[in-house]
Amino acid sequence: MAEAAKMQVSDEVAIQITGMNKWYGQFHVLRDINMTVMRGERIVICGPSGSGKSTLIRCINRLEEHQQGQIIVDGTELTNDLKNIDKVRSEVGMVFQHFNLFPHLTILENLTLAPIWVRKVPKKEAEETAMYFLSKVKIPEQAHKYPGQLSGGQQQRVAIARSLCMKPRIMLFDEPTSALDPEMIKEVLDTMIQLAQEGMTMLCVTHEMGFAQAVANRVIFMDQGQIVEQNAPKEFFSNPQSERTKLFLSQILGH
Amino acid sequence: MDQHFSRSEMLPPLAPPITERGAVKWMRENLFSSPLNAILTLLGLAAIYALVAASLPWWLNSVWNAESLGQCRAIVAETAGEGATGACWAMIRERWHQFLFGFYPPDQWWRPILALGLLFVALAPVLFAGQKRNMAFLLGGIAVYLVVTLTLAETPAAAFALAVALVLGLTALSQVQPGRLLWFTAIYPALCFWLLWGGTVWAPIVAMAGFVLLYLVFRFAAPVIGLTPAAGAGIVAAVLWWLYLQGPVSGLLQGALPFGLRAINSDLFGGFLLAIVIGVTGIAFSLPIGILLALGRQSDMLIVKTLSVGFIEFVRGVPLITLLFTASLLLQYFLPPGTNFDIILRVIILVTFFAAAYLAEVIRGGLAALPRGQYEAADALGLDYWRAQRLIILPQALKVSIPAIVSTFIGLFKDTTLVAFVGLMDPLKGVTQIVRADIDWKGIYWEPYIFVGAIFFIICFGMSRYSMYLEKKLKTDHR
Repeated sequence: MAEAAKMQVSDEVAIQITGMNKWYGQFHVLRDINMTVMRGERIVICGPSGSGKSTLIRCINRLEEHQQGQIIVDGTELTNDLKNIDKVRSEVGMVFQHFNLFPHLTILENLTLAPIWVRKVPKKEAEETAMYFLSKVKIPEQAHKYPGQLSGGQQQRVAIARSLCMKPRIMLFDEPTSALDPEMIKEVLDTMIQLAQEGMTMLCVTHEMGFAQAVANRVIFMDQGQIVEQNAPKEFFSNPQSERTKLFLSQILGH
Repeated sequence: MDQHFSRSEMLPPLAPPITERGAVKWMRENLFSSPLNAILTLLGLAAIYALVAASLPWWLNSVWNAESLGQCRAIVAETAGEGATGACWAMIRERWHQFLFGFYPPDQWWRPILALGLLFVALAPVLFAGQKRNMAFLLGGIAVYLVVTLTLAETPAAAFALAVALVLGLTALSQVQPGRLLWFTAIYPALCFWLLWGGTVWAPIVAMAGFVLLYLVFRFAAPVIGLTPAAGAGIVAAVLWWLYLQGPVSGLLQGALPFGLRAINSDLFGGFLLAIVIGVTGIAFSLPIGILLALGRQSDMLIVKTLSVGFIEFVRGVPLITLLFTASLLLQYFLPPGTNFDIILRVIILVTFFAAAYLAEVIRGGLAALPRGQYEAADALGLDYWRAQRLIILPQALKVSIPAIVSTFIGLFKDTTLVAFVGLMDPLKGVTQIVRADIDWKGIYWEPYIFVGAIFFIICFGMSRYSMYLEKKLKTDHR
């Protein structure tokens, strides 16, 4: 927790969401979402399954389309304009629950593909960057293997490195440790903590409450498509306000 | 009871017991695992014996030197006794060229022979991308094949020298810059067309210039008006080129610099020359069309989707023979008056469409097998639609579909024999009928079918083995 205090939050807005609503057919998944994320903030989003937390962060890089309200990422508003969407996507990295590495490419090719084709970085330079980030997630020796040959924890670290190779300004994590064996969760969390310490703006959907306490400067609790409560982690865990939050915390921390 | 247990030493792996190893185990498990299985094994062996016993004399009494079926039978009766049966391969010995070339003029046989050799040169960079050793073997084999067969076919010296120089040059290129060989693959269709049908060399060159025009228009218009409109403008420009400028320009060039081969009419094509021309062209063009149709079927754009679904369902819902009759009879009515499309070209177009519709569904299956996460990861990295398809989605979807795609190709190749119904001389029915129309060979049944079947088998089996090799090479999932 002492570490969390050291990390700086600037007064520059990274993501601004106002009055956002989303429906799947008749089903109202996200209801009147308002939130502001400052540059350098580390936000943990939690809540029961089906509460819309994954949908919310998937709206931020437009993997899901919202129907009402406004989402502005790094000064670019997300609309149907494909140019804006591509711009936002190249600024925002995303890490998925099931890693979603490309199984037909080697680890190195996974990491260099987007820089080469989207950022137009020369191949050699892209490979150097890729090796730098692979060393950072501590698996440079796996560069020429295929994803299928790596353990889950290693694959997820590669996925993080793949996003970092695009030099994103914001990182989204969609339950990055939920598909991992307990033994591998720590190696992924360590990587994320390191990233947070370097000042990356992070939004992280997770149930790892230890992670939230260690690095988050804000925890958001969602239920039924709404933001129910948000607070600094210390207050959030020690003194939850709403009944729904108390119930949720007692269920996940109870055993 | 004491529940405590802790292991102080881990156990080493041991070999399985002796009864679980070797040939005895294999026979017991695979042939005689149960009374029923044992009976089936014995019945199977009996059936194989009966088949071999019945047909072996026919194969052993084969006659290779005779001038007619009657003579064949006389020789069999003489050597193996009255009432014995024997194959009469003398017919193949006399008529093999019709099975291979149809009525293609003998002094021009070197042209299809050369086209076949160059076909494999053009395929080399596609089949063995970047694998110099395999390419060297393949191209070396082609060089030997060409030297032998072109000599046998009494090729004009100039053509022989040019062909050998070309193959040797491309072999060298394949070892230095294997990627550049694709340029030869790109011009091969025009070269092959010119070799087979002959005529002025300028016609295929001017036709290829249409593609260059398409590319140039696309290249220079794309930054100004966007990708899709630029592609449309390029296609319009190319079609206008082919419709209005193709004839005059190639005529002009032929007038200035006359150069060409003797023109060969389509009705002289036959046998495997015809089957391979239709089959290979169909295969080469149906794959890209099939991919576009499969993507079109998944598109969000209503018109693209409707057209793709309509095309696929219509073509799949109609027998191939119907389409072939359409090619031979009806197509002329729909085309502007005065255009005279070659019959082989018309058949190729419809066979291609037919295979493309099947491939589209096969590829759609491959696309559906990909997890949603692959599309999302590609999107999240900022790849646009075409890049995501080309780099992420299609390589995986096509890999999953390889067995089904190759099945479709094999089916297409065998279906080329159906062109007999529109009066073309396919190897199975067309050529066989011609052979049997000869009084010398009247009444010969098994031999031509076995001969043609064997060649089909070799080609199709080759495709099948290649697909298995490819699957193994592309296997990266390490399951």
